[in-house]
Amino acid sequence: MDKSHAPAAVSAETAALLSRTPPVIEPGHTFESVTESIGHVVLSKRTPIGWFLGFFIAFILLMVLNLTIGNLLVTGIGIWGNNVPVGWAFDIINFVWWIGIGHAGTLISAILLLFRQQWRTSINRFAEAMTLFAVACAAMFPLLHTGRPWLAIYWLFPYPNTMGLWPQFRSPLIWDVFAVSTYGTVSALFWFTGLVPDMATLRDRAKSPFARRIYGMLALGWRGSAKHWQRYETAYLLLAGISTPLVLSVHSVVSFDFAVSVLPGWHATIFPPYFVAGAIYSGFAMVMTLAIPLRKFYHLEGFITMRHIHNMTKVMLVTGMIVAYGYANEAFFAWYSANPYEEYMMANRMAGPYAVFYWSLIAINAVMIQLFWFRSVRDNIPLLFILSLLVNVGMWLERFIIIVTSLHRDFLPSSWDMYAPTRWDFGMFAGTIGLFLALFFLFIRFLPAIAIFEMRTIVPEAKMKSEHHG
Amino acid sequence: MNDSNDIQALRTKLQGTRGRTYWRSLEQVADTPEFKEFLHREFPQNASEWLDPVGRRGFLKLMGASMALAGVSACTRQPDEAIVPYVRQPEELVPGKPLFYATAMPFAGSGVGLLVESHEGRPTKVEGNPEHPSSLGATDLFAQASILGLYDPDRAQVLTHLGEIRPFEAFAAAIRQVLTAQQASQGSGIRVLSETVASPTLGAQIDEFLGRFPQAKWVQWEPFGRHNVREGSRQAFGEYVDAKYSIERADIILALDADFLCTGNGALTHARAFASRRRIDGDASQRNRLYSVESSPTNTGTKADHRLLIRASEVGVFASAVAAQLGVAGATAGTVPETARAWLAPLVKDLQNTRGRSLVIAGEGQPASIHALAHAMNEALGNVGNTVVYTSTVETHPMNQRTALTELVGEMNAGTVSLLIILGGNPVYTAPSDLRFAEALDKVPLRASLSQFHDETAALCHWHIPETHYLEAWGDVRGHDGTVSIVQPLISPLYNGHSVFEVVSALSEAGVRSGYDIVRSYWAGQRGTSTAAPEPVPAVGSLAPLPGAAPLSPFDREWRRWLHDGVIPGTAFAPKAVTLQGNAVAAVPAAPSGIEVVFRPDPSVYDGRFANNGWLQELPKCLTKLTWDNAALLSPGTADRLNLVSGDVVEVKQGSNTLRIPVWLAPGHAADTITIHLGYGRERAGRIGTGIGFGINSLRTSTTPDVLSGVDVAKTGDSYELVSTQDHWSLEGRNLVRVATVEQFGQDPNFAAKQEHQSLAGKVTMFEQRKYEGYAWGMTIDQNVCTGCNSCVVACQAENNVPVVGKSQVANGREMHWLRVDRYYSGELDNPDTYHQPMPCQQCESAPCEVVCPVSATVHSDEGLNDMVYNRCVGTRYCSNNCPYKVRRFNFMLYSDWDTSTFKLARNPDVTVRSRGVMEKCTYCVQRINHARVTSKLEDREIRDGEVVTACQSACPTNAIVFGNVNDPNSAVSKLKASSLNYPLLAELNTRPRTTYLAIVRNPNTELEPARPLGTGEEGH
Repeated sequence: MDKSHAPAAVSAETAALLSRTPPVIEPGHTFESVTESIGHVVLSKRTPIGWFLGFFIAFILLMVLNLTIGNLLVTGIGIWGNNVPVGWAFDIINFVWWIGIGHAGTLISAILLLFRQQWRTSINRFAEAMTLFAVACAAMFPLLHTGRPWLAIYWLFPYPNTMGLWPQFRSPLIWDVFAVSTYGTVSALFWFTGLVPDMATLRDRAKSPFARRIYGMLALGWRGSAKHWQRYETAYLLLAGISTPLVLSVHSVVSFDFAVSVLPGWHATIFPPYFVAGAIYSGFAMVMTLAIPLRKFYHLEGFITMRHIHNMTKVMLVTGMIVAYGYANEAFFAWYSANPYEEYMMANRMAGPYAVFYWSLIAINAVMIQLFWFRSVRDNIPLLFILSLLVNVGMWLERFIIIVTSLHRDFLPSSWDMYAPTRWDFGMFAGTIGLFLALFFLFIRFLPAIAIFEMRTIVPEAKMKSEHHG
Repeated sequence: MNDSNDIQALRTKLQGTRGRTYWRSLEQVADTPEFKEFLHREFPQNASEWLDPVGRRGFLKLMGASMALAGVSACTRQPDEAIVPYVRQPEELVPGKPLFYATAMPFAGSGVGLLVESHEGRPTKVEGNPEHPSSLGATDLFAQASILGLYDPDRAQVLTHLGEIRPFEAFAAAIRQVLTAQQASQGSGIRVLSETVASPTLGAQIDEFLGRFPQAKWVQWEPFGRHNVREGSRQAFGEYVDAKYSIERADIILALDADFLCTGNGALTHARAFASRRRIDGDASQRNRLYSVESSPTNTGTKADHRLLIRASEVGVFASAVAAQLGVAGATAGTVPETARAWLAPLVKDLQNTRGRSLVIAGEGQPASIHALAHAMNEALGNVGNTVVYTSTVETHPMNQRTALTELVGEMNAGTVSLLIILGGNPVYTAPSDLRFAEALDKVPLRASLSQFHDETAALCHWHIPETHYLEAWGDVRGHDGTVSIVQPLISPLYNGHSVFEVVSALSEAGVRSGYDIVRSYWAGQRGTSTAAPEPVPAVGSLAPLPGAAPLSPFDREWRRWLHDGVIPGTAFAPKAVTLQGNAVAAVPAAPSGIEVVFRPDPSVYDGRFANNGWLQELPKCLTKLTWDNAALLSPGTADRLNLVSGDVVEVKQGSNTLRIPVWLAPGHAADTITIHLGYGRERAGRIGTGIGFGINSLRTSTTPDVLSGVDVAKTGDSYELVSTQDHWSLEGRNLVRVATVEQFGQDPNFAAKQEHQSLAGKVTMFEQRKYEGYAWGMTIDQNVCTGCNSCVVACQAENNVPVVGKSQVANGREMHWLRVDRYYSGELDNPDTYHQPMPCQQCESAPCEVVCPVSATVHSDEGLNDMVYNRCVGTRYCSNNCPYKVRRFNFMLYSDWDTSTFKLARNPDVTVRSRGVMEKCTYCVQRINHARVTSKLEDREIRDGEVVTACQSACPTNAIVFGNVNDPNSAVSKLKASSLNYPLLAELNTRPRTTYLAIVRNPNTELEPARPLGTGEEGH
């Protein structure tokens, strides 16, 4: 688009630069080729061996999750390494990590839609799916980390009861319940709404009567009439409008879990923006982690082009720098506050028993991220894949540092203690990764990972048609 | 059964029955005691199996499973008689309202008077008896934990002979047979080995027994205790006397390796008296000054204004040098250790300036000669009759126990002992290793042991008789000043036990008598009053005088008064005039060089007798905060030199004796000294105590029972996980403990407030401050007088049904104590100042925990309590994370024992037993507040000051904890809070805690510690 609308009088230099910007869709794609190449992944009878292999690994991990949860419910959360003073550890680290990962989906689908960033089109569907699955993984933790989940599952909701008991609305955990459940609901609606036209496409193209029936039901009777399209567009825009504030609110609320407390290392006003930036940062890293193998194995390089890769690294660069600023800010205010507890907290992060994690975090999120300035790095797909994994590690470490190092040494030195995770902590974490991957494998096998109808709007054919009609 | 007479008797019995009678065996028909016993006990042989070692990690789990067995064995068939509920309620028994009975706990040669709380016949909580001079209302941790010992399911439950169950009569008959045979030789083959006897009744029984068998010997043995004290008094005065200290009169106290505030007879009284001269609300104008010279850090040392660390063998040298300067005849000034030289002149000057108002106390671990030296110093300083008086001994038959035991073993080896009766104690475990007591025991043809557990000694005896707990049997015991208390049972024996009185009586001519009769008749004889009453003697259990009942006998009038008060008036010993022997003071030998080992009883499990008590095992030991283990304590400097860190296993070696034990670094420990506590490595203690920790007997011999010099310490390369509840030593420069000297305090009485980081004057909240109209409960904790003795911690555990979690959970930081005693060090690593800071819930008015709970499970009461609603708690642990004091405790697993039936009896019915997944914490003993509220409402009045006493407060020997209504300006707690020493912890967080602390004012000698302005030392951060 940039190219076609480029003014003729641009300098040679700019023209050269523009020519280096890859397109959002590979040239040569037509309506039919788009529908065919995306729909084929789903409708094909032959499932690639690789899929089975991947799904098998994910399934094993999912069984680990089942085992862990079973033991957790029978024995109690004592199977984890949590203690006093470290009341929260892997449970809340993983919760925040998953919730953060979920953020990219909403950002891509809602905010970039409103900003009319067309490049979002080819990645929004699976980014949204990723959001949904990440929220599902995340939501498990706040529930299961409680001592009595069978009560927490409904006592945290404001339901009318004869005892007149309500949740305690001053607690950030209640805000969490609302934020996460709203986010989950809106994300699911948004994702499903966007799927409806593609369901109809699949229904029409499916050969097997069973698939036709299933997709038919999910298509909600979509016939592609102008009325349908008009209502669809309105609904989608409305949902995008509703989702947009959620991108900011959810992680702000999650950060309140910490910021509202009195604990040095948690009690900081910078937390909401710093958490939101971190969430987007880690979310894009996860999209990248998923997109790189996806485009490779399903030969979708034509749809997920280098343009997308470049843009995602740029978003990561910006948000990563905000996060790095957050670290600097925390350190600065620990010193500027002249509060001995804050000062000690920072010194303990930097030189205490968990210092190796702090410096790994700085190395990844503040130093390594600078590599994204270089085009050669942005072009190097295998390197980007590794870097995106490292960013996920870095963001996990950030939550570890915030939660564990703040808790383990707070005000009274008498209660200081160390935290060490148990195998069940790792089991729970690996288990949610299994759940996430299993859902994702099912998603790419049974649903179009890229929005077919939206891709059709950006092929040159569509432009010609619209120009013709226009 | 083969006797024809018996057959005849069986026929008669069968004919005498009506209808169809089923009988299983001839024994049943004959109705012999053996058969009855058999019926009662379905599994005769399993008693020993219960003691088999099991991992303590599975402690809770196994408790449940094995109690199913124990339940079977203890179950009696339901009686056929109809059971009728109360129609007329017994006098004074109101369901739900506890009754308190006075009794006393005999322990290591004296007794402490107690008031025991009983809920519907179940004793649940021990309190001190304010009327008793050895208690003054306080208790030590052992008394607090004794409740759990009563209900211990591992206690021996059946009388056995070679593993077979026998009735008590069979035992009595078997022993009597031997006694009769011994009559001819006047009992020359009979030996009795008991613990130290402080019971007048038992003393009389001993006299009677020895009168009957003049050639028999009655040996007493305790592994620790007053051996040196006893011999020291004989060396000084030529006779056994007890020294009774009036600590409250002493201006200057010199403690020579003595932990007089926390261990030994009268420790509770000493602590109270010591505190009275340090409290801001007491006689603080005339603060005493404590010099402590010690090798192993003690609680007393932590309260000292000056603490000198020298090796145990050097203490005598130092004391002798001091004595020489004081002009004690015979004292020699030897070579005083380098570090101690600066002390001599100022200390001697201080002592001489306070003649008649000073006091020198030698510790139990110091040799007898040092005790004699201390007596001579007190004499020279004119303290006798002022700060110290001498009295008859609390023990009825004082003897040199160490010599007596050695002699006994010699006789056993020589084969001249044909009957050994062991009454209490566990000599196989506690006797010095070189005596080889177990081997000698094997040579005795007939041996019987009376003990609560089927322990190491019981396993090697033919007969084992389960002993009653003191709460199950009648008895009597003298307090440290001689005052006699009747030990009154609160429950009938849970496990068919017999008391020592009953056993001795069964062997005497009097035959089998009940403990009640024995004790009563002894005292009736003593008073010479008639027990003849116009009415029958009241049965046990209904002792309360009935209104309008028939007149009591003259003796009963007194008896009932004694039982009610818990003391027999006028039994305290009068001071006794003694004269110092001319040769009392001997030259003290120079201290041997090299590393030496100091043996001490364990601060929690004592000499191993409490090894199976979960509360005491899990209790963080006073200064090390170790739980579930013993270790070799050494100073960081020495450890550094030997290249050791905590947890390294070392081999301590002297000659052929070696001991492998992990080390633990103890700041404030003397260099080149290792402290090792006895009480661990038990082989047959029970499910909790068996096999944990390290037995030290391989090193402790009869010649070196207190100090072992010249040992080699070698690192083995192994390590062992030692678990402590407080890993961090330092205050990190935080203003949590605030200290000033007397001078600094005089210059600036508000020094405590000035150490705030940030003063929050006035209102610093956007919200309206909550008003407390009625009561507003608050607490102060006086760090000046807290000795860190741990009584409060166990009292809280007993009162509030706090569970035991086991070593692995403590290792993970999940101990459940609602009240902990934080210990901080400041100053140099090798001789730091040590502070104790008891830490219950601070009951913040603006509590950080409350706002973050999503389900309102922790809420504020209108009296300012921060209440926990267990039923509502879902266990997010957010409250704990947000608690700056980290006083909240979480049930990460099901820690409470829901299954063991005897533990159900032990619980306080006024406090919820918490389940898994629930947060809990100190409630300020809200159940006690509510009891007082009910009483006050019934009487239509306000709750009086001092009416509500929290469990920690009531146990505290020094009254460091004061609780009350802060809305009442005249309450004790309000007055303390008005003191300038009062400060809240972490005030800058605006939590406004209701628990506040009183800053410490030390009273150092300016010659030893130059005065300096505040803020230049470690104190002023």
